[in-house]
Amino acid sequence: MSPEEQFQAIVDAEDKIEPSDWMPEGYRQTLIRQIAQHAHSEVIGMQPESNWITRAPTLYRKAILIAKVQDEAGHGLYLYSAAETLGVGRDEMQELLHQGKHKYSSIFNYPTLSWADMGTIGWLVDGAAITNQVMLTRCSYGPYARAMVRICKEESFHQRQGYELLIRLCQGSASQKAMAQDSINRWWWPALMMFGPHDGDSTHTEQSMKWKIKRVTNDDLRQQFVDMTVRQADYLGLEVPDPDLRWNEERGHYDFGDIDWEEFWRVVKGNGPMNRERVAHKVKAWDDGAWVREAAMAHAAKEEARSAA
Amino acid sequence: MTNQITSTAPQGTSPADAGDRITTLLAHADDNMVLAQRLGELISNTAELEIDIALGNKALDHLGVARALYTHAGSTEGEGRTEDDLAMFRTERDYTNLLLVEQPNGDFAHTMVLQLFFDAYQMELWKDLSGSPDLTLGGIAAKALKEATYHLRFSSGWVIRLGDGTEESHHRVQDGVDALWRYTSEMFEGAAEKYRSAWTTSIEAAFVDANLEIPSDPYQRTGGRGGFHTEHLGFLLAEMQWMQRSYPGLQW
Ligand SMILES: [Fe+2]
Ligand SMILES: [Fe+2]
Repeated sequence: MSPEEQFQAIVDAEDKIEPSDWMPEGYRQTLIRQIAQHAHSEVIGMQPESNWITRAPTLYRKAILIAKVQDEAGHGLYLYSAAETLGVGRDEMQELLHQGKHKYSSIFNYPTLSWADMGTIGWLVDGAAITNQVMLTRCSYGPYARAMVRICKEESFHQRQGYELLIRLCQGSASQKAMAQDSINRWWWPALMMFGPHDGDSTHTEQSMKWKIKRVTNDDLRQQFVDMTVRQADYLGLEVPDPDLRWNEERGHYDFGDIDWEEFWRVVKGNGPMNRERVAHKVKAWDDGAWVREAAMAHAAKEEARSAA
Repeated sequence: MTNQITSTAPQGTSPADAGDRITTLLAHADDNMVLAQRLGELISNTAELEIDIALGNKALDHLGVARALYTHAGSTEGEGRTEDDLAMFRTERDYTNLLLVEQPNGDFAHTMVLQLFFDAYQMELWKDLSGSPDLTLGGIAAKALKEATYHLRFSSGWVIRLGDGTEESHHRVQDGVDALWRYTSEMFEGAAEKYRSAWTTSIEAAFVDANLEIPSDPYQRTGGRGGFHTEHLGFLLAEMQWMQRSYPGLQW
């Protein structure tokens, strides 16, 4: 067997590929791109939520929100480590993010404009992430699959706390319910966009499925998410902002309207409501921290010299 | 213009009188609340993800202490005030936190100096209060002492690293010391005087390793324990209390 055949045999047998195994260059590059993008999404995703830490309405909610944003930082770290096993450094990946050469999930290019958004992000955004990530726990690349197992546990806590936050609003005053409805109106379509282009327009899907990096197509994942979420919206008494949404008895699924693909591509290409601010925030934190990182290295070097002396 | 207002709040011990006890509980709760709020501003803004996570932990620890102390103060008072009532519906004149903790974060060196001063103080405070005859307070203090031990290791570690690191980091951390030293005496007013010598020993040890100097300017600003704050606190509370003040009486 050639190395390629051997590699595919491991994948087909549902065994894991480990960092020291031979792998096709395309597989390595696809994983680096995907895992780095995932890591960047966790890190950029801290911003829309940390935006509300200082304004959380109760101390209990403040504690949950801080813990959640901190979890996202932790997810970023595990994922950068998983990507590093493929031979790319964290600083290098961050640099590519800062230069706009690496992407992150477009959902984080929308602003958080009310407290209800903290609930909606947990419910819809973490919810969509889980739909995608449960599949990734079975990914053929061992370090990525294992990172996803750990991350998924925390994401389901995030999803629950978000939904629970919205239950509270929807059972509350008219102003709270209106806040929740306004929030789903703004986040519903961007959440559906998280699953990416239609299968026919997705450039990477076929190869990724063969390599078992991806196991379910974008459209199938999106359908799963809609089916699950519409019922949850009903329970909340919130209206899903899609006039074409209806149950299709024959398919056993909800039919739903088409995404505004123009908006999708506009945001992906950098012209969403918050793209510039998100990257600028990240770059500023990194640049402002340069002297701190330099000082830590200088101190470590001096310590080493002192202990050698 | 030093010592414009002298604190009358009893500190450190557990006075017999319930009113004094509530005053003390609120003062310590406010310290932790205000510092948690400041630390909450930093998440996603630091030099490394690891520092974001560490400061998030610290924010959660202080927030946890604040919540426990507010709850305990509320039940000691017996008028049904909750942690949120005490945090969200008291004004800047009602808050009795130390001026130190309400100071803006500044750069990372400034932040770490502030944390160092406060962490070293809380080490002594919690050691003392963990033996309080008020058993609830004693329990809160014993847990907080473990956290403070970790906090102090983190802040003193960074102050030393920055003091010893590069010329720039050394300047920045000395600037932080120069700016914040004036808020340190307030920690030792009244009965808290007994914490001063251990605190000073701990700070001096860190300063030797960090090659830092104690400012020669003797000026000290106090008043926080009496509700006489710097102008920063009002903005911090305005942001923190905005939701509750805009939508009063709702469940979140
Ligand atoms: Fe995450
Ligand atoms: Fe999450």
